[in-house]
Amino acid sequence: MAQNEYKSGSNLEKVLQAGEFAVTAELGPPKSADLDLIKKKAEMLSGWVDAVNITDNQTAIVRVSSIATGKLALDLGLEPIIQMTCRDRNRLSIQSDILGAYLLGIRNILCLTGDHQCFGNHLTARYVFDLDSIQLIQMVKNMRDEKVFASGEEIKNSKKAEVKEPRMFIGAAANPFADPFEFRVIRLEKKINAGTDFIQTQCIYDMDRFAEWMRQVCDRGLHKKCKILAGVTPLKSARMARYMRDQVAGVTVPSYYIERLAKADDPKAEGIEIVTEQIQQLRKIEGVAGIHIMAIEWEQKVPEIVQKAGLRN
Amino acid sequence: MIVAERKPIEEIKGFLAGHKRILVLGCGTCVTICLAGGEREVTTLASVLRLSDSFEVEENTIERQCDAEFFAHIKDQATSCDAILSMACGVGVQMAANVFGPPAGGLEMVPVYPALNTMFCGTNDGAGQWSENCLACGDCKLGIFGGVCPVTRCSKSLLNGPCGGSADGKCEVNPENIECGWQLIYDRLKTLGKLNVLTENIQPRDWAKTHSGGPRKLSREDVAGL
Repeated sequence: MAQNEYKSGSNLEKVLQAGEFAVTAELGPPKSADLDLIKKKAEMLSGWVDAVNITDNQTAIVRVSSIATGKLALDLGLEPIIQMTCRDRNRLSIQSDILGAYLLGIRNILCLTGDHQCFGNHLTARYVFDLDSIQLIQMVKNMRDEKVFASGEEIKNSKKAEVKEPRMFIGAAANPFADPFEFRVIRLEKKINAGTDFIQTQCIYDMDRFAEWMRQVCDRGLHKKCKILAGVTPLKSARMARYMRDQVAGVTVPSYYIERLAKADDPKAEGIEIVTEQIQQLRKIEGVAGIHIMAIEWEQKVPEIVQKAGLRN
Repeated sequence: MIVAERKPIEEIKGFLAGHKRILVLGCGTCVTICLAGGEREVTTLASVLRLSDSFEVEENTIERQCDAEFFAHIKDQATSCDAILSMACGVGVQMAANVFGPPAGGLEMVPVYPALNTMFCGTNDGAGQWSENCLACGDCKLGIFGGVCPVTRCSKSLLNGPCGGSADGKCEVNPENIECGWQLIYDRLKTLGKLNVLTENIQPRDWAKTHSGGPRKLSREDVAGL
């Protein structure tokens, strides 16, 4: 691919291809038809990040759809990365949504398996999981590069019509902290083979284990095949840190962070200090192409974190 | 085997309201083995129903309720009752309803009600413990995955797992009771020296082979004349 040819032409793709250190954040849509909240969150993030992830019924709680919120974000001057899970849609619905999202100007997609519905607010719902995240990545890539649907049929309206394929910059998640640890890099490689262009990791607290994972990533040359954005979530209190450690599968929070937060006069400020240090440490690790800030219901802190970590002025 | 458990007694009595003479009908196969609907459980349930003055209770257990032929010798007893409470799995209940539904076999119609909830195809893991192992998906992948089924054992039926919710060999859906199916697959393939299998991307499943294609039928010419 020539330097000036892009897969999707998204801002995120251009930033990453130029070798700049990318900054993305998360924008969680509201649990109600609250346009003002979306606007407020978008204003907080505008100008501070290269793109924003719009979550897709995160933790299986019904919220405004990621595509609708993504379109609103786009209109407010933010580039969206729409999250797409396999929990709520089958392959027909996902492809239809991708066509629609593309027409609305959305150019980035993050392909996820999706949290199980047992964590959400509709415990008696039936899940879909027609595809898994790896099969989803492959399908989106085939739509873009092979110009075919999952069925193999060409993406055109009739036999004589022109092919008009949706061209998405494809992302996926990686959790370096889940088990089995030795399989985590293999799973990343499977996602890359399926066609992912970038990765956003689960939030990182255990730097040693992340560094070990990145060493395995670089040993296999995977950092050259896709861009890896390291995920961080600022901690607001020792209580939140313990919750993340004890309740979120595959997240480990070292005790020294918990102690720092417990001793701090202003735990929130300490949390910002910690995440700033983490970003600076992550930036030095070979293969890390950017930072993904998941400030859960704390989007207003993103500009401060970005500034303090020296990512933007 | 097909594993089942008895419905709450109040739900069962709800079905039987308005009926007088009840046949509690057990099945001698899977539900006998999983202690849900065999001769012993028929005796217990019949005794419970007799405690209530509103019922006259007959009891019997046939070899299999999923085959029509095994109902032949109980037809007089069954048609002397005005309801049948089947303690078979859902397959047996439906067969009983076919046999005693009009106008099949020229028998009188007797309504059939289920006494069990049919749970899954599974194994007995010890006294009073059973677990699901097979979804009868019609497209068996056990040959690839070292004899551990990802469709059944993974809470999300992932073919390219494990997801990020696997920790210490447990599934985040219920870390107390559910093992991560993909940890089991990983461990088994490691033991077999076949971890390379897991580097391949498994293509999307053909769900038409499962219930998504409608109720499945099987026709075999090789045994049709037997």
